[in-house]
Amino acid sequence: MKLYCLSGHPTLPCNVLKFKSTTIMLDCGLDTTSVLQFLPLPLVHSPRLSKLPGWVSKDGTINLEKKELLDLSTIDVILISNYHCMMALPYITEHTGFTGTVYATEPTLQIGRLLMEELVNFMERVPKAQSATCWKYKEIQRLLPGPLKDAVEVSTWKRCYSMQDVNSALSKVQLVGYSQKVELFGAVQVTPLSSGYSLGSSNWIIQSHYEKVSYVSGSSLLTTHPQPMDQSSLKNSDVLILTGLTQMPTANPDGMLGDFCSNLAMTIRAGGNVLVPCYSSGVIYDLLECLYQFIENANLGSTPFYFISPVANSSLEFSQIFAEWLCHNKQSKVYLPEPPFPHAELIQTNKLKHYPSIHGDFSSEFRQPCVVFTGHPSLRFGDVVHFMELWGKSSLNTIIFTEPDFSYLDALAPYQPLAMKCVYCPIDTRLNFHQVSKLLKEVQPLHVVCPEQYTQPPPAQSHRSDLMLELQPPPMPYRRCSVLGLPFRRRWERIQLLPEVGPVATHLSDLQWGKKVFSQPPIVQVLPLKKMREACNCHHRYTSTMTDKMRKKNPINHIVGFLMNLFANYCGK
Amino acid sequence: MPEIKVTPLGAGQDVGRSCILVSIGGKNIMLDCGMHMGFNDDRRFPDFSYITQQGRLTEFLDCVIISHFHLDHCGALPYMSEMVGYDGPIYMTHPTKAICPILLEDFRKITVDKKGETNFFTSQMIKDCMKKVVPLNLHQTVQVDDELEIKAYYAGHVLGAAMVQIKVGSESVVYTGDYNMTPDRHLGAAWIDKCRPDILISESTYATTIRDSKRCRERDFLKKVHETVERGGKVLIPVFALGRAQELCILLETFWERMNMKAPIYFSTGLTEKANHYYKLFITWTNQKIRKTFVVFATPGMLHAGQSLQIFKKWAGNEKNMIIMPGYCVQGTIGHKILNGQKKLEMENRQTLEVKLQVEYMSFSAHADAKGIMQLIRMAEPRNMLLVHGEAKKMEFLKDKIEQEFTINCFMPANGETTTVITNPSVPVDISLNLLKREMALGGPLPDPKKPRTMHGTLIMKDNSLRLVSPEQALKELGLNEHQLRFTCRVQLQDPHSDPDTLSRIYTHLKSVLKGYTIQHLPDGTVMVESIVIKVSSSAEEPNTKVLLLSWSYQDEDLGSFLSTLLKKGLPSGLSSM
Repeated sequence: MKLYCLSGHPTLPCNVLKFKSTTIMLDCGLDTTSVLQFLPLPLVHSPRLSKLPGWVSKDGTINLEKKELLDLSTIDVILISNYHCMMALPYITEHTGFTGTVYATEPTLQIGRLLMEELVNFMERVPKAQSATCWKYKEIQRLLPGPLKDAVEVSTWKRCYSMQDVNSALSKVQLVGYSQKVELFGAVQVTPLSSGYSLGSSNWIIQSHYEKVSYVSGSSLLTTHPQPMDQSSLKNSDVLILTGLTQMPTANPDGMLGDFCSNLAMTIRAGGNVLVPCYSSGVIYDLLECLYQFIENANLGSTPFYFISPVANSSLEFSQIFAEWLCHNKQSKVYLPEPPFPHAELIQTNKLKHYPSIHGDFSSEFRQPCVVFTGHPSLRFGDVVHFMELWGKSSLNTIIFTEPDFSYLDALAPYQPLAMKCVYCPIDTRLNFHQVSKLLKEVQPLHVVCPEQYTQPPPAQSHRSDLMLELQPPPMPYRRCSVLGLPFRRRWERIQLLPEVGPVATHLSDLQWGKKVFSQPPIVQVLPLKKMREACNCHHRYTSTMTDKMRKKNPINHIVGFLMNLFANYCGK
Repeated sequence: MPEIKVTPLGAGQDVGRSCILVSIGGKNIMLDCGMHMGFNDDRRFPDFSYITQQGRLTEFLDCVIISHFHLDHCGALPYMSEMVGYDGPIYMTHPTKAICPILLEDFRKITVDKKGETNFFTSQMIKDCMKKVVPLNLHQTVQVDDELEIKAYYAGHVLGAAMVQIKVGSESVVYTGDYNMTPDRHLGAAWIDKCRPDILISESTYATTIRDSKRCRERDFLKKVHETVERGGKVLIPVFALGRAQELCILLETFWERMNMKAPIYFSTGLTEKANHYYKLFITWTNQKIRKTFVVFATPGMLHAGQSLQIFKKWAGNEKNMIIMPGYCVQGTIGHKILNGQKKLEMENRQTLEVKLQVEYMSFSAHADAKGIMQLIRMAEPRNMLLVHGEAKKMEFLKDKIEQEFTINCFMPANGETTTVITNPSVPVDISLNLLKREMALGGPLPDPKKPRTMHGTLIMKDNSLRLVSPEQALKELGLNEHQLRFTCRVQLQDPHSDPDTLSRIYTHLKSVLKGYTIQHLPDGTVMVESIVIKVSSSAEEPNTKVLLLSWSYQDEDLGSFLSTLLKKGLPSGLSSM
């Protein structure tokens, strides 16, 4: 059993597990942090941005963290744990000869589709007259500034996929439900379990009769909107692959939510606008729910909230129809019947409005001061670029970062100097080190495999030994491109005895052991299976070595008699 | 022998009060717990005293599963759990869990408040009963206990309807509840994988009908409505609030638009508004093409109570009016009576009602027809078939057809009658990987996965586990000495040569016959074929009668028996002795 690690990013994993001649890809996250090295894609021409000195490229390139460690066409199945971890799917399933199946839950598929649609939309609505590729040559890359110079294998960086690729990739998805047992080629069984992180997010159990691998990716023990994490099913794993821990181990999500609300209220009261760059699904539902309770108390009832994204409407609607995948509280609302999320009421009372983009209705209905939720959190593309240009110059306005995926300082770099206030409230509900060590104590896997980042404290806080995994035996670390042999000793396999042989075996266990053969009943029963039936049928041919008495008995007795003789020999009586 | 027992308490050769008991692998499961619309007395509910004469049912049942929210499948649930007494888990899908208590409450109101019955379950009982419900997701494998697992499949029929697979070890039963095999405007078609259950328990409401194409039926329906409205009549369509209503409404709405008709479509309120909410919140259960708005007609569907009956009473006297019964009607209901052409109805308080309006029947109800049932059998490939939820005569017909086409047993037990099916489960055994690899290597590098092969191993039964290991390992593990079992055989031959000559003649003969075997002529006067020893002896009195002594170990029994047969035939002449 081998594990091929294709991604070094701990929260956007991509591993391939070879197990009983089945090749299983676990997640395919798309690391988009490389876009931070490029200039933003403005929706309207910005003289300021185009006059910036230094390297100018408007190439919306995305870094694809894949190395040709193995042939993608040999992959049998891809298991998706949550919608953030499937963004590279079209790169894997399209134009690679991939013929396998992708397994994901329904919310993961639907919301993943939305996020991909949004990404494609962001890229395609600002077409570039030319795209630079020459910089990828080694001689030129060497001369480039900053992190670009050191980036490895830029030649494998790819352009964003098209909607056609997305549709084709998603057509290969087979829907599964939590705790559904899916048989792969009769060799392995895979089961998704609720992971508590987002709508339809799952951990996976990959098991045969004697081996069990748990794949834990992006799990949460906090009470937010999704169904709580299923921990007990992870017990008795031989190997537990642990990825997707919190990226903000020192930030408490509840505290951050409080900061978020108080900063928002402060800015609005002072007459400023609030900009929240965020993904269009996930934490935004919790933010809206929190604000729903907050605005009444804080007297902000008249402030408009805008959610701008090509998929804003679908995202808000989808959240309401996946009752089966929600936490108990929200589920019981559906029985009333009421929509599970309170943002339905915000929309109904016109407090929350959503628009596909800043063009069209939004420009005429837009009132300030207001709160705007929009993407992309990298501030490099999407409608957020426009708001940065619009509001960046005023110190009344505030930008509040809630997504932990991008460094906010890097994200803001091209917009400097900036007068607007910046507040960093990263909300990452995934497991922290304290929770994970408690979890591991409970489920007790024999071995833990994790990204090497988790085996040492973060570089910036090297004294914090509590921000790493300390386990006995120590976890097996992996980095990008490593191939790990998993410590398995397969010794047993499950087979089915044919019913024709079965009855003999069951019959035997009922046997009354006569005193003539054994002085006492045997403790164990040993029975050679080879050709028992033939032996029975032909045994009279060898009566010279067998007792003649059996000849008159019925066939089943012959078998028993025959076997008893063997026992006598085996047991030395 | 292991067996599975199925006993219908209701819906055995009947439609209504579905309640089927299944005993499988030592577990007892109740499938559905419905009421009969046609009765108002004790016969309304299944006879739970069959399970136990006194006391609660909890210790006799491992779980209760409800397939969908129609009252003939869940109407007796509060009675069973709260009045008879059952505290174990009750499984149903999310939409069923949401809608079921509303229908139960509605049913309770009609019975208690309108008809004034006492000794009926209360609102609190419905609430308490619903607290015992565990929601099921589609395709989720739910472990009821260590051995019993259940899994729900999509059944179409109504919002949240499910088929369930019940599995203990390698034995399994599938219960379909009500289902339909053709997708319609608001729900998809039922689907199940090739799970090969020991018994498939299927409904058979439309066992003998093979419904004409949907389009024809729809056109017919629209034509009838149109004609009636044109001549100034009114149309009453009693339907269950959640189900056919949505389908027919979408149909009518498009028709109204196309024909530019002005006649208003009214629908009785109450349940309906909520119903539409449910459809929105559980949209993942519906067909892709579902529309956002619905209009709903009068409920309930069999004209046994409620608003549909009130309207019917008012309109019955006018021959211009029409009533379209879009679904099945249970015996005893007014719906059933007027469909059978009864022109005078006895109502409460001895009043009679004359029926003058036109009565039309259209099979729009989402049940599987004969074709659909056969299709499901093809999908699931059951070993036995059991029919419920249908009329005896029609079942008989379908039973013959199934037995003919699939050559499997088909049962149709009546209420209280037990069907026993003997199963033949295979025995799971753990095999040592070493042994498996060794045996695989014997058959060449790539074994044919489709062909079974015999293999040689030793089965150890210990502590309730069965393990197959190599004989050497078994001996080692159990601390036993290996004992050889040898077969010895005497073959008499007429051969006028000296003993050593006969032996070398045998050697030559075997060499020519058994190519590819190790054959040795040993100096101590024996011939060895692999491990088989052959000796020659003769007595002084009859020097020409040679006695060949063959001896082989148990493992070489194939070769040994072949050799003995071969040598019995004698040696061919013309063999040179070396």
